[in-house]
Amino acid sequence: MTEVKFLTPKTVDEAVAFYKESDGKAKLLAGGTDLLVQIRSGISSPDKIIDIKNISELQQITDNGEGSFLIGAAVAGAVLEENENFGKFWPGVLEALRLIGSEQIQGRASLGGNLCNASPAGDSVPALIASGATVNIEGPNGARTLPVENIHAGPGKTNLNEGEIVTSFSFPKKSKNSSDAYLRMIPRTEMDIAVVGCAVNVTMDQDTCVHARVALGAVAPTALNVQKASDILINTNLDDETINNAAKACEEACNPIDDKRGTVAYRKKVSGVLFKRALQIAVERARKG
Amino acid sequence: MGKIHVTTKINGDKTEYLCEPYDTMLDVLRNNLNLTGSKEVCSSGDCGACSITLNDRLVCSCLMLAAEAEGKEIKTIEGMTENGKFHVLQEKFLEHAALQCGICTPGMLVAAKSLLDKNPSPTENEIRFWLAGNLCRCTGYDKIVRAVQAASEKIKETA
Repeated sequence: MTEVKFLTPKTVDEAVAFYKESDGKAKLLAGGTDLLVQIRSGISSPDKIIDIKNISELQQITDNGEGSFLIGAAVAGAVLEENENFGKFWPGVLEALRLIGSEQIQGRASLGGNLCNASPAGDSVPALIASGATVNIEGPNGARTLPVENIHAGPGKTNLNEGEIVTSFSFPKKSKNSSDAYLRMIPRTEMDIAVVGCAVNVTMDQDTCVHARVALGAVAPTALNVQKASDILINTNLDDETINNAAKACEEACNPIDDKRGTVAYRKKVSGVLFKRALQIAVERARKG
Repeated sequence: MGKIHVTTKINGDKTEYLCEPYDTMLDVLRNNLNLTGSKEVCSSGDCGACSITLNDRLVCSCLMLAAEAEGKEIKTIEGMTENGKFHVLQEKFLEHAALQCGICTPGMLVAAKSLLDKNPSPTENEIRFWLAGNLCRCTGYDKIVRAVQAASEKIKETA
């Protein structure tokens, strides 16, 4: 049996060097809330565990003002919540991240881990997509940046190349009167996996919606950026007909599975309903400024 | 050969151990260090019976590798009494009969202490949400919540 190695790089370069030497058998360890369960159940048996939490870049919360934040990929939910400003600018992203598991999970679980685990039901992913955040990636061939919606390739699969590591998320500056919201449908009240998740980010100019991004989770092999719904909302007064049309666009964007959590028809219907509710919350928050 | 040497602090004492890369913190606490207060129940982060704090942050020790404790500070249920005296939460759990079989109790106490350390006056709702990651199949939770509320009152009185 080959010896399993536990590595604790202090820099991104060191981590990338360890990761690329691994022939795909290494695993990055951030909060470990998915990885340890996978190791325990035998789904994953990495020969190298690379703990990336000692890299300061991955633990940073940099506030550049007006909603522009750089958030390290390994920052835990409980840590991000304690930041004075992040939740004021991105309440939808924070509420989505904070829905993942219990306080115990929140002590460890991160945005980077939730994204790279690539579950179609990951709660923070639709909220990240709606926020317009970009993902900063470093790898053997240098650095690149991708929109969040381009990361997932399918359940458990990402478009990251071998040796590439997600280091941080860049959140864009926010205009005044803009805000976001995330809602998920679960049969229980807490501690469950989304049947449908929906995030909406809007900017209002008086009664006109001047910018919108709509994203759905758990209704397709990857989290979805529902461009059509966003396009329907923009430059309207968000009248009932517009909202119904955008809700229909959400339903049509769904390509869900039938499983114990929900049928195809149920997930589609709930997508439209959650969209309407999330939109309402986002608009209320945006109007408050 | 191949074992990882870890130096850490557990309940205030410098502690060293050898562990395998796949060993969880819970494995090492229970099997190597004989700190069996933290319980293994679900091993997947759902039940909270293995709750500890890592640098004062509440975590499941079953979802943490023992190797990660290097240079960190761990607190377990064994560190809750001070000079042989019960912590006010422990007293209130007894007074309110907030336990039956007791398997969830160490995790409940560690989680509740972590809440009161952060927020000495939580609302009932805040207590229930904070303890949502600790499962108890005996008490129906009500007595546990009452005990935490009583502990919070006592802490405020003596503060």
